[in-house]
Order: sequence, then structure tokens, then C-alpha cells
Amino acid sequence: MTTLTDAIERPRPGEQPGNDFPAYTSTHKRAPKRPALAIAHTLTEATGPAFGLDSPAPSTADLTRHGAGEALGQRIIVAGRVLEGDGRPVGNTLLELWQANAAGRYVHEADQHDAPLDPNFLGAGHTLTDSDGNFRFLTILPGAYPWRNSYNAWRPAHIHFSVFGRSVAARLVTQMYFPGDPLLALDPIYNSIPDRDARERLISRYDPELSEAEYALGYRFDIVLRGRNATPLGL
Amino acid sequence: MSNLTSSQTVGPFFKFALNRESWNDLTAGGAPGERIRIVGRVVDGDGAGVPDAMLEIWQADASGSYTPSSDFRGFGRANTDDDGRFEFHTVRPGAVAGPGPGLVQAPHIALTVFARGLLHHLITRVYFGDRADDNARDPVLTSIADPAARASLIAPREPPSGAAASGEPPVFRFDVILQGERETAFFDV
Repeated sequence: MTTLTDAIERPRPGEQPGNDFPAYTSTHKRAPKRPALAIAHTLTEATGPAFGLDSPAPSTADLTRHGAGEALGQRIIVAGRVLEGDGRPVGNTLLELWQANAAGRYVHEADQHDAPLDPNFLGAGHTLTDSDGNFRFLTILPGAYPWRNSYNAWRPAHIHFSVFGRSVAARLVTQMYFPGDPLLALDPIYNSIPDRDARERLISRYDPELSEAEYALGYRFDIVLRGRNATPLGL
Repeated sequence: MSNLTSSQTVGPFFKFALNRESWNDLTAGGAPGERIRIVGRVVDGDGAGVPDAMLEIWQADASGSYTPSSDFRGFGRANTDDDGRFEFHTVRPGAVAGPGPGLVQAPHIALTVFARGLLHHLITRVYFGDRADDNARDPVLTSIADPAARASLIAPREPPSGAAASGEPPVFRFDVILQGERETAFFDV
């Protein structure tokens, strides 16, 4: 018989959203009704893919120069580190990000919001963290946009992040928000995270040191992934 | 315990950024092993296809090793089509050691599902319907008490068609049923 061993650290209660969250209407037909089954971590969960500079190539960390001209909107620098819970940096991991443009419109066929597309802004980028876990993107401040979750609902401005880390168990897709956004208090996706401190960690921090004079505002966003426990047993 | 970053839904508008055409084919590097196809459909609580889901797989190579090599990365990604269907081309994984000394896991593939409406991605496993003896001894499968939940993880091998007879790789069907009577078993890892 196996024992439940935690090779990879587990989140604390309230830190991760559950899928059963009726205020977010799209959960109604899609969230599983049965609780997820806890299983012992095996090699399958404790390992994960590695990415090289060749794939996906090439790195696109500057989102403002996708087209012939410069993208419209407020230029921002989004930078941070990918770390494990014990503070160890996660180097050479793939980070993908995507977002709406300054007007709150995605370059996606299903986005029907009546706001202009920007021919010079795709809103998609990816990079590998450096050996110390650092990443840096130059992009445009995304606009808020309406959605049909409830009458007159608007998503707060956000940037989507996809991060791999060192194991399948560490895999994370999340959203980064901006400080002082009045829409956060009303947003069911943001508020699906029970723990207030955990929610607030998704809000980036304005960092004057990161801003570039007469060019772009700097926002800092660190991402903390589940790391290996000190003594993984039973693998 | 540390301060981990919380999950948020992938949302509806990600394909333009995350779709990487060749990533559902893990065989391009010429990895040794038996070529197989995994096909399936992601369906919601009404039985409707989910057109905006993304699936990722992670698996051992044919020898049961998770160490990435130049010919096999072990990782794949696919998006669902308008009808919720997806497809991976890969090699059949070998049996994997553990968890714990002396234990062996039946060949399997870890499958992760992202979609609008999922605040946290879902994690499950694909086992092979033509490996009944291995499956009967698998420590994860045997830890699941509910026979229907266990059965939801086993992908039946499609009966050979004309194409299969002419040397096409075997096809295993794995539907991801997000909700309802035949809900797929998902794991808290």
C-alpha cells in the first residue's frame, strides 16, 4: 500500500481557488462536482518538461513592436522573479503572457467587444527566466473590458501568465492585476481566492526603480511556485 | 509553508497566444517506441463539446524515463476544436517506478486541462485499455475506491479500422467529462 507523501509542497488552505464558485457563471456547467482525489506524489507529478531557447522560438519579451509601428497605449515594464516557496529561483523556465490591448480588446476571433484592435499590438509574448529566475517584459497597460458574467460586469485590467516551474505539480496559470483598480472588489475571478493575502499577491506593485524616465512605468510581479520538499520520500 | 501564487482561470481568449501548432505531436524528434494516438473530447455538464479548452500532457518515454532527451521531450499541448475534440500523437510510455521501493506504475500519461470556467486547472491520468494486468496492479488506480472513477481513467483502444490494418498507430480514446454522471476522476496533487 502507498502512503501519501508530499514530494512537492502543498498550498495552504484558502490560497488556491476551488472550482465550485457560482459567482463566476462559467463554472456552472464546467466545474467538476466531485472532490478531486488526493494521490501520493510520484515521479509523474514531481518531474516536468524542460524548455530550451529553441522552443518556442524566438523569445518575444517586447510586445510593443509587433507591427510596423509602435503599439498604442501606456508603455509598461513588467518584471519579476519566478521562485519556489523556499526562495530558490526557478531559472530557465518558460513564461508565456497574453493580454488585451489598451482599449480592452483581445486579438481573438471570439472577442466581440466593440473596442478598436491595434494593428501594432498582438498582446502575446513569451520568454525564459534567466538563471536567477528573472524575467522582464515591455508591453502596454491593458484596458478593462466588459463581460457577460452579470449585468454591466467589467474585468479589472489584467495580464495572463502561464508558468511551468520544475514539476507538473508546480504548473501555474494566473492573472496579474494593477494596484488601485476599483474593479477588483467586484470581480468574481479575483475574489474566488478565499485568502485575502493570497488575492493581494496577484496585484503587481508600482516600482519607480523599474520605471524608465520619459519612457515607461514599471510594475513588479514575483511568482512563487510549489517547490520540492526537503526530503521527498517514496519516489 | 510559504506564500504561493494563486491560480486564475485561463479565460476564453488564449489561443492566439498559447496555441503552438506542432506541440500536440511528440514524435517529431524520432523517439523510439510504439507510436500511438490519443484522441478525445472535452464535454461540459450538458454534454456539449468545450471549444475553448487547452490540454497538456506529460509522460515518460518508452523506457519509462522522465529525463528529457533530444529525441523526446515528454510534453505536449493541444487545443480543442469547435466540437471540443483534441488529439495527441506520441509514443506509448513505459512503466514508471514508484511511489516507494518495489512499486511500479502502469504506463500512463498525466493530463492537465485548462478552460474558461476552471479557476484552477484539472489534473488527471490516461491509462491504456489494452494493459489490464498492469492497470490492476497500479498503485494510483488501486487507491481509487469507486469503480466508475477508476474506469474513467482508462482509455479504450479503438477497434482497428481500415487505416489501422494498414499499419497506422493504435488509437486510444480519452474523453474528459467535466461534470455529471460520468464525470472524469480528477486528482488533487
